[in-house]
Amino acid sequence: MPVSLRLGIDVGGTNTDAVVLDEKARLLGSFKAPTTADVTGGIRAALHGLVERYPDIDLGRISHAMLGTTHCTNAILERRNLNRVGLVRIGAPAALAILPFAGWPEDLRNAIGGHFTVVEGGHEYDGREILPLDRDAIREAAESFKGEVDSLAVVSVFSPVDAAHEEAAAGILGDVLGDLPVTYSHEIGSIGILERENASILNAALVNAARNAASGFERALREHGIQAEMFISQNDGTLMALDYAMRYPILTVASGPANSIRGAAFLSGQQDAIVIDVGGTTTDIGILVNGFPRESSIEVEVGGVRTNFRMPDLLSIALGGGTRVEVDGETVQIGPESVGYRITEDALVFGGDVLTLSDVAVALGRAEFGDPEKVEHLDTAFVNKVQTWIGMRAEETIDRMKTSAEPIPVVLVGGGSVVMPSAFSGASVVHRPESFEIANAIGAAIAQCSGEVERIFSLDEHTRVEALQIARGMAKAEAVKAGADPGTVEIIDVQEVPLAYLPGNATRIRVRAAGDLVLSPAAEGEAR
Amino acid sequence: MPWHLTKEDVQRIATGAGILGTGGGGNPYRGMVRAIQELEQGRVLTVVRLDELADDALIVPLGGMGAPTIGQEKIGRGDEGAVAVQALSDYLGVEVAGTAPIEIGGGNSFAPMIASAQLGLVTVDVDGMGRAFPETSMISYYFDGIAPSPIVMIDERHQKVILEHIPDTATLERISRAICVQLGGRAMIADKPMTVQRLRETGIPDTIRLAHTVGSAVEVAQSTGGNPVAAICEAMGGMVLFSGKLTDVDRRFERGYNFGRITLDGLDDYQSHRCQIELQNEFLICRVDGETTAIVPDLITLVDTDRGTPITTEVLRYGLRATVIGIPAPPQLTTAQALGFVGPQAFGYDEPFVPLEVNSRTR
Repeated sequence: MPVSLRLGIDVGGTNTDAVVLDEKARLLGSFKAPTTADVTGGIRAALHGLVERYPDIDLGRISHAMLGTTHCTNAILERRNLNRVGLVRIGAPAALAILPFAGWPEDLRNAIGGHFTVVEGGHEYDGREILPLDRDAIREAAESFKGEVDSLAVVSVFSPVDAAHEEAAAGILGDVLGDLPVTYSHEIGSIGILERENASILNAALVNAARNAASGFERALREHGIQAEMFISQNDGTLMALDYAMRYPILTVASGPANSIRGAAFLSGQQDAIVIDVGGTTTDIGILVNGFPRESSIEVEVGGVRTNFRMPDLLSIALGGGTRVEVDGETVQIGPESVGYRITEDALVFGGDVLTLSDVAVALGRAEFGDPEKVEHLDTAFVNKVQTWIGMRAEETIDRMKTSAEPIPVVLVGGGSVVMPSAFSGASVVHRPESFEIANAIGAAIAQCSGEVERIFSLDEHTRVEALQIARGMAKAEAVKAGADPGTVEIIDVQEVPLAYLPGNATRIRVRAAGDLVLSPAAEGEAR
Repeated sequence: MPWHLTKEDVQRIATGAGILGTGGGGNPYRGMVRAIQELEQGRVLTVVRLDELADDALIVPLGGMGAPTIGQEKIGRGDEGAVAVQALSDYLGVEVAGTAPIEIGGGNSFAPMIASAQLGLVTVDVDGMGRAFPETSMISYYFDGIAPSPIVMIDERHQKVILEHIPDTATLERISRAICVQLGGRAMIADKPMTVQRLRETGIPDTIRLAHTVGSAVEVAQSTGGNPVAAICEAMGGMVLFSGKLTDVDRRFERGYNFGRITLDGLDDYQSHRCQIELQNEFLICRVDGETTAIVPDLITLVDTDRGTPITTEVLRYGLRATVIGIPAPPQLTTAQALGFVGPQAFGYDEPFVPLEVNSRTR
């Protein structure tokens, strides 16, 4: 019987989870390993644990391996393993008033090198050139970057309208510097040159981190004889083929919560719902719209830098299975401190001496782990009170995420979700799907490949229908580049925003497309 | 005494300018970053009161015009304001003593300070709105009908247009918008130079200080666990009109303006009450349970209930916890003459202006 399996691995703050699904997306096995500081160690341990626990699973049949990892996020937060970036901003004199790297944390800027030049060029909102591109200045900058930078970013004024100057600049840089990786800002962010530039610099700085993640993953798979097509999760809950991920590593930031949201959709069968993902230390609350995570509409800070690339809309609260509960007479203090990964030593049910929310969950009969006798002394009124408090915190956050007052389904996932009550005001129904504790890795394993495009069209040049058609075609092509099977690609989202105060009917069109993974010939060969 | 701004002063003024923006006027963030950059380059941002200059000293009011979206991309060359002031001074053959804001609320607050820093001039603590408004005709400097020219419009390439013999602000609005579009959708404008005496008669004094005072109050409250909303009210002589949760945002774009109505459902003291706010770029009318409690030109500002940070019309969305604060308009905006330009009728509302104090007494 021709069977091919999917492996999904998701790196979380506390645990690294691995799952194997069959071709009908049935769960065959799962394993949780502690996340390690180097990330790759945790991935190997999870994979190793999976193999040990399920000797019957024929790893040779794994045709697709998906990884949701924090390699890139950690590189930014820890200012480690970042590329030195050479930035070319094209937009003198229209974009000189604030220089690149303004407002960056000093240590992050130093880690990236802070090399930049600003040259003449760029476009107006209607596609006219402000000034011709200063090619000589770019050549000069390229000479100055020699030996000083490992990757490049090019940013041009109104490149979401016309990217010609970014493309021409990359060509000149390539002539001088050879094939250093180039990040084009129009492929990363939206209108708002400073935020788009920041996101592009970070993307360029993450090329090494992404390569490390990929090579670590590849090695871990090879150790177990797995020859699978590899994919990396991105933060809209879809996948990128490995080579695509190397070009857009910043899109892996916040892919973990996105995987949980997609996993929650799959496990609960819901397409529109609030997803509450409770980990050891924090709870991420996201929202599922048409089966995908809703995107944040405001500027998002990453590592202390203002950016405007796509990020899932999340609210996080300091509440998790390891959250400390401190009782002092009548007053009860719940969090924000958590015992985190030490839960299996410190929590009462595991023989420790810290009262945590997990202990409360066991006392409530909501969870079965550790030694329930260790929490028998907790009084019912007290544990109920703690749960009511948790419920109120969650309800307030749910309410902030909703787009209307209508009740909406809520899906609880993540290992720590046992601490949550089973009813919330504002929730039409509360789902606790099976395998809730590994929703993130399942979300990675079942994901599709996607592509998106965002451009500003002048409706003087194109009719609206033409513009939409162009954008749809471009988005589908991107999805195929990311690894989707052309026959299955569908448009999943279309947004149209007319630009205020502008004549000429300028409109911003943004289209996303997604499709099933293409079965590579090698993988088909594996599947007998 | 001349006031030399520090980086912290700039940050506080930005917070205050956001609150005075009453939901519109653009985000002061970029102006703030630019002003701080001037300080880092060793320039001095100097603010003086009206009475620190001679009555006949000439001041150029300065501000940007155009679509906020374009300002997000074309952040400017950085010296447009200084070059425009110089051009106006050359054209008229007069010596300029300093600059002044046209609009303290929102993103236009720092342009005159940056230009003055580059020219070695001062910025006078006065402005033409005391808040944010969308149109040239709503600048208090022109309420008495004085011809609003000559002015200089300039873009980042230093392409300049001098407008002369413009009879009124309505004509100026029409012509300058058309030029602005041809300059790439955004221009810096140096307005007709005015004497300190005239600014005293037509402007709204001490609004940079006011923005700073409010910004400081919010900062102190945030850092000491105090109540930022109460701090804003105290600093501005304002009052809480409502506090609740945003439950509906009904918005549309018309003639380049952002129109709409938002609804808040009450929380805590306002439980089971409902507030609706009419907006046209800025928040203009606040109604609680159908009764008008504040109306333009009084300031209606929306802040995050916990943090006291201003909420602009662009980020409005369901679920925000917001407090509505009403602040009495400066007296210069509530004369019969001024109401013709900035009263409810100027925005197409068929309701009289009733001052906040009167509204709150009758409730």
